[in-house]
Amino acid sequence: MEVKVKVYRFNPEIDKKPHYETYKLEAEPTERILDMLEYIKGYYDGTLSFRRSCAHGICGSDAMRINGRNYLACKALLKDLHTNKITVEPILGLRVIKDLIVDMEQFFAHYRSVKPYFINDEPPPPQERLQSVEERERFDDTTKCILCACCTASCPIFWASDQYVGPQAIVAAHRFIFDSRDRAAAERLRILNDQFGVYRCHTIFNCTECCPREIEITQAIGEVKAAIITGRVA
Amino acid sequence: MKKHQFDVIVIGAGGAGLMAALYASKTANTAVISKLYPTRSHTGTAQGGVGAALGNEEEDHWEWHTFDSVKGSDYLGDQDAIEFMCYEAVQAVYELEHYGLPFSRTAEGKIAQRPFGGHTNNVTGKPVRRACYAADRTGHMILQTLYQQCLKNNVNFYDEYQVVDLLVVNGATAGVVAIELGTSELHVFHAKSVILATGGHGRVWDITSNAYAYTGDGIAISMRRGVPMEDMEFFQFHPTGIYKLGILITEGVRGEGGVLINGKGERFMERYAPRVKDLASRDVISRAMYLEIKAGNGINGQNYLYLDVRPETVNKYAALDGRKRLDGSPYTMTGEEIIAKLPDIVDFARTYLGVDPVAQPMPVQPTAHYTMGGIPTNKYGEVVIDEDNTVMPGLYAAGEVACVSVHGANRLGTNSLLDLIVFGKHSGLRAAEFSQGADFQPLPADPTEFAQQQFDAIRNAQGNEKILDISSKMKFVMMDCVGMFRTGEGMQSALETMRELKERYKHIPLHDQGKIFNTEMINIWELGNLLDIAELVTVSAQARTESRGAHAREDYPKRDDANWLKHTLAWVKPDGAIELRYKPVVITKYQPKERVY
Repeated sequence: MEVKVKVYRFNPEIDKKPHYETYKLEAEPTERILDMLEYIKGYYDGTLSFRRSCAHGICGSDAMRINGRNYLACKALLKDLHTNKITVEPILGLRVIKDLIVDMEQFFAHYRSVKPYFINDEPPPPQERLQSVEERERFDDTTKCILCACCTASCPIFWASDQYVGPQAIVAAHRFIFDSRDRAAAERLRILNDQFGVYRCHTIFNCTECCPREIEITQAIGEVKAAIITGRVA
Repeated sequence: MKKHQFDVIVIGAGGAGLMAALYASKTANTAVISKLYPTRSHTGTAQGGVGAALGNEEEDHWEWHTFDSVKGSDYLGDQDAIEFMCYEAVQAVYELEHYGLPFSRTAEGKIAQRPFGGHTNNVTGKPVRRACYAADRTGHMILQTLYQQCLKNNVNFYDEYQVVDLLVVNGATAGVVAIELGTSELHVFHAKSVILATGGHGRVWDITSNAYAYTGDGIAISMRRGVPMEDMEFFQFHPTGIYKLGILITEGVRGEGGVLINGKGERFMERYAPRVKDLASRDVISRAMYLEIKAGNGINGQNYLYLDVRPETVNKYAALDGRKRLDGSPYTMTGEEIIAKLPDIVDFARTYLGVDPVAQPMPVQPTAHYTMGGIPTNKYGEVVIDEDNTVMPGLYAAGEVACVSVHGANRLGTNSLLDLIVFGKHSGLRAAEFSQGADFQPLPADPTEFAQQQFDAIRNAQGNEKILDISSKMKFVMMDCVGMFRTGEGMQSALETMRELKERYKHIPLHDQGKIFNTEMINIWELGNLLDIAELVTVSAQARTESRGAHAREDYPKRDDANWLKHTLAWVKPDGAIELRYKPVVITKYQPKERVY
């Protein structure tokens, strides 16, 4: 069917301000929005710029705002949008560098701020550290995160202030706070108890709704809040 | 032009690169350069598991793993290197666990393991549980864990820098040249050791599981500097790619009891591999699928088959096979268990096929998946540049870009993640050690000259060619003529096409003349890499007049150990001609015999 794809364009080397370009093309209902962007770049306008790599929802490169909601362009199929008019824009809350490419540095800085790595200085056993199936299940959901930024860039609190660590960083912290083998939960909880930490979340649920990995983000944030209040990780 | 100086430079931030960086940075000033943010690397898409004979679920031995890998390689793998990898595997997996990797667990709290193609109990010949897994996102967890550990250890990263040239002075490594993608500025990284960990080149083929980024950059930049490439004719087609899209469906699906079904409703692998059936090695299954489709046994006569993991199917065939649980009870699966063990597969099938795998079978076809060949190295990751295995000072390679060779003519599933961690680690250690005792080579007078020439040619190209037209033609022809089955005639025509495409390539005009994230310019450069590699693959394949592992020739259907039990080395000469020479396979204790599954 014929599809109209309206794309946010901004090249700071040429443009004073952003504008939109509309491209018409034929596409199958099962096509990914990423396929259409590739086609536009290949046949209509080589200057169109966006990030992409794995093209099946795992690498997290191509987070974009599609018809007003954050998706990975490789995981949004035309048929799922229920319209042939598609608007593609960069994710919000991060500086636009060019077209659909945003500056990810602030996002990764928040990620790094929560000590997103395994900490346990006790000498490890010669084989694996044991962990029960239940203990492993406790933090399974948040291990799925691919750092695509769909969540953080969908959060109105983050739009208002990029000092807020944002849902992704809390998810990253959650993955370690609730890991029975890790020993730095208290330290991470202290970091997230900051004025730009976990209490900025007003449970708006945008993050949970758009997470391409279907992580229960708002729930994870709630669990971190509860751990701060009770001083217990359970 | 900016200049930087490090003892060790790692190119690529997937599993091998990050493991190398983690080890090198313990003793040497190290930086990682990656064209993607590290967590975007293709390691993250690996699903089913990493092979190691932990014996957590049943009896297993690293020697069994070694034999299975030798047999899987169709006897082309170097046996000393395979022994080394399989022995090191056990400690390497424990080490990942100690880094915090969230493996799935057994009832006793140990690392869980599942069966995978070609991995067997060497006494009974039955499948053995050897693949250590984290649900069906093992690669994702390896990539995340290693990146996290690199952050913890303050490794230096240059993210979104595309390495475009390898600097070689006095026959030794002097560093690399990279383009900063955000600005198009050229950077010179002066280094004592360079570790190439750039992954494979599966974008050469049409139906592929590989990321857009998989354009063989490490191979391209080093072959242009005179480094030979080993066994490039061997490229793996994974049996189960999502129909038309090529997205990988892990072998773990068959490990959990899924089966392949043809248009007649038959479990056809019984005919091709009577003992292990759907858990034969990948080359065997992909060829069987091709033959079934060719014989008109595709679903509705089309060019795909079904991968069926519905509980009723799994339970039916598990009962017929007499498959048992560890406690001796019959093996059964419920829909819930399938979803819990294979959550991402369920998600892919729902998203891209509109199929719920617990209720419907999944349409699949073989998909281009893995580069067995690559930059020749020894088991320490040192690049070796001739038939005598002469080491090139300061140059290392690890992971899919390298050919140690532990995969030979066909890689076993789970051995790629293993390759990354074992050889990533050892190349990092060696590169750091070398840098302690070596001086920097002087930089060339104009270090960016060659890179500049290449990009000037792209910027100034005249003509009307389209990048997508040229890449599609390359992919279709390579799929058709240098894919799962090959003939001398087909490959000759493919070679002519590749040479024609290389001419047309010079006439792709560059619309984007800007400096900020000029992805069009980079994509054209990457296509140049793929075309050069496609030609090299074809020339290497054409010369090998036998069938072995993933290299199957209709005109030479038998393995020919008398003439071809040897590795190909291919050099690109300065005039563009390709020269082939050969080196022997290292055999320790496994004499080649017929390969039956």
